Amino acid sequence: MSNLEQKPFNVREIREEFPALRQQVYGKNLIYFDNGATSQKPKLVLDAINLFYSKENANIHRGVHYLSQRATTDYEAARQRIQRYLGARKSEEIIFTKGTTDSINLVAFSFGSTLSAGDEILISAMEHHSNIVPWQMLCERQGCVLKVVPINQRGELIMDEFDQLLSKKTKLVSITHISNTLGTINPVKEIIQKAHAVGAKVLIDGAQSIQHMHINVKELDCDFYVFSSHKVFGPTGIGVLYGKEDILYRMPPYQGGGDMIARVTFERTTYNELPFKFEAGTPHIAGGICLGKAFEFLETIDMEAAERHERELAKYAEDMLDTFEGLQIIGEAKNKTSVVSFSVKGIHPFDIGTLLDKQGIAVRTGHHCTQPLMDFYGIPGTVRASFAFYNTKQEIDTFVEAVERSLSMLK
Amino acid sequence: MNLIEKQEEIIQEFEVFDDWMEKYEYIIDLGKDLPKITETNKTEDRLIEGCQSRVWLDSNFRDGKMHFTADSDAIITKGIIGLLIRVLDGEEPKSIATADLFFISKIGLQEHLSPTRANGLLGMVKRLKLEAIKHISAS
Ligand SMILES: Cc1ncc(COP(=O)(O)O)c(C=O)c1O
Repeated sequence: MSNLEQKPFNVREIREEFPALRQQVYGKNLIYFDNGATSQKPKLVLDAINLFYSKENANIHRGVHYLSQRATTDYEAARQRIQRYLGARKSEEIIFTKGTTDSINLVAFSFGSTLSAGDEILISAMEHHSNIVPWQMLCERQGCVLKVVPINQRGELIMDEFDQLLSKKTKLVSITHISNTLGTINPVKEIIQKAHAVGAKVLIDGAQSIQHMHINVKELDCDFYVFSSHKVFGPTGIGVLYGKEDILYRMPPYQGGGDMIARVTFERTTYNELPFKFEAGTPHIAGGICLGKAFEFLETIDMEAAERHERELAKYAEDMLDTFEGLQIIGEAKNKTSVVSFSVKGIHPFDIGTLLDKQGIAVRTGHHCTQPLMDFYGIPGTVRASFAFYNTKQEIDTFVEAVERSLSMLK
Repeated sequence: MNLIEKQEEIIQEFEVFDDWMEKYEYIIDLGKDLPKITETNKTEDRLIEGCQSRVWLDSNFRDGKMHFTADSDAIITKGIIGLLIRVLDGEEPKSIATADLFFISKIGLQEHLSPTRANGLLGMVKRLKLEAIKHISAS
């Protein structure tokens, strides 16, 4: 039911769709290389936000009036679009949350409540804090044990160690599809198969993969897949938890409130069906609808060509940066997406980031919410440029010149 | 020169720069020239942890005036420390405790002292003021 047709991949045309890319900061054309943190939004999404609040605004699922029904229809249509895009079997498997962090907390709380002392949860050394802390909290509550799959210097999971750590005690493997700091693409298919072989469930943190490649949850066969709308060209404040229906069905509710109930009495409350069982309270209605629009936009993009373009950008940037004295690329996995993290001997990433900013270039500096990973590399942080399909080689030329200028000032 | 005059002098100096990069070049040079705190003096109690860069502050009280040295692992942070020292070093605790550091925003560096910047600078100024208040109440 895609309304727009897929077009041949053309960066110039795609850029036209993103007004935020056409602006100046400090008198320089903005170069936005902080896509790992959040993406810019296409007109389709921006217009939909405006339209919703100008014409459609109403609460959903409980109104008899025209606006409420229209908003409900659009909200549920967005859910169905996301379901189809992800290849999920049913729209009941798509739970709207506040984002990746919220989705993981939901699973840690609800699925986690079914675990017992001694049960093991397996994560990796490259996880975002969002995929570490909820599990630590669960371990504290229930006496579960958190195990961490180590990585090698290139920033790849050591799969032999994964095999060693995986056992009958493992109840859940929660792993990032793509590292936000290193760009490493993890072999999630292999991980899922191996985990299932010992009876463990698998959660894939898709915060950094949904915007870079076509995801099909049925093919992956993951039990949970989570992501944030704002990193995939949609609004902030909304995200998705995909879960297999039979697993979600057996999980207890996470938060209590309106919408998630079937019937409430003071003696006993029965819960609503999926997906509403997990959606307590008035949701981010505009967010859900506009996330649907973001996927409508994505359907027009040839994702394979986009991915090739992004990888070319990263390779191009890395090859040039590599020639700078003292500069080290952090994250050299063989299979890697368009994230270029680096550190420079004797120079603090914060200084480089500040000077790049003043030259109109937005990058991220610091530990990127992956402190254990920084400890592994023994650095306080990195400078991270993360590209989206709307970035260009010319932007990278400007970026590399700006890095060169910054380093010469800081040496 | 009092605290206000010192700040006005800095504002004047910065007026010659018509470009952000020139401004930062100057700040970086200040950072490079600032005496370092020795590694052995970079102790926990002198550390002000920012989310990104870290600051070490060593302050003392002599003849009714406050003196301090500070260091950072980021050179731009250190350059700004240099400016803060120029303004605050050698002042009486009372002036420091109530100091309005208006020059920072006048020269366009307010982002470095914003609570979200997390580079330790705001924490450093707060701690310095706290030290000053201690000396006021002690005397
Ligand atoms: C891999 C990964 N996981 C989780 C998150 C958290 O996402 P959010 O802050 O949108 O919940 C991020 C965001 O940076 C991420 O990159």
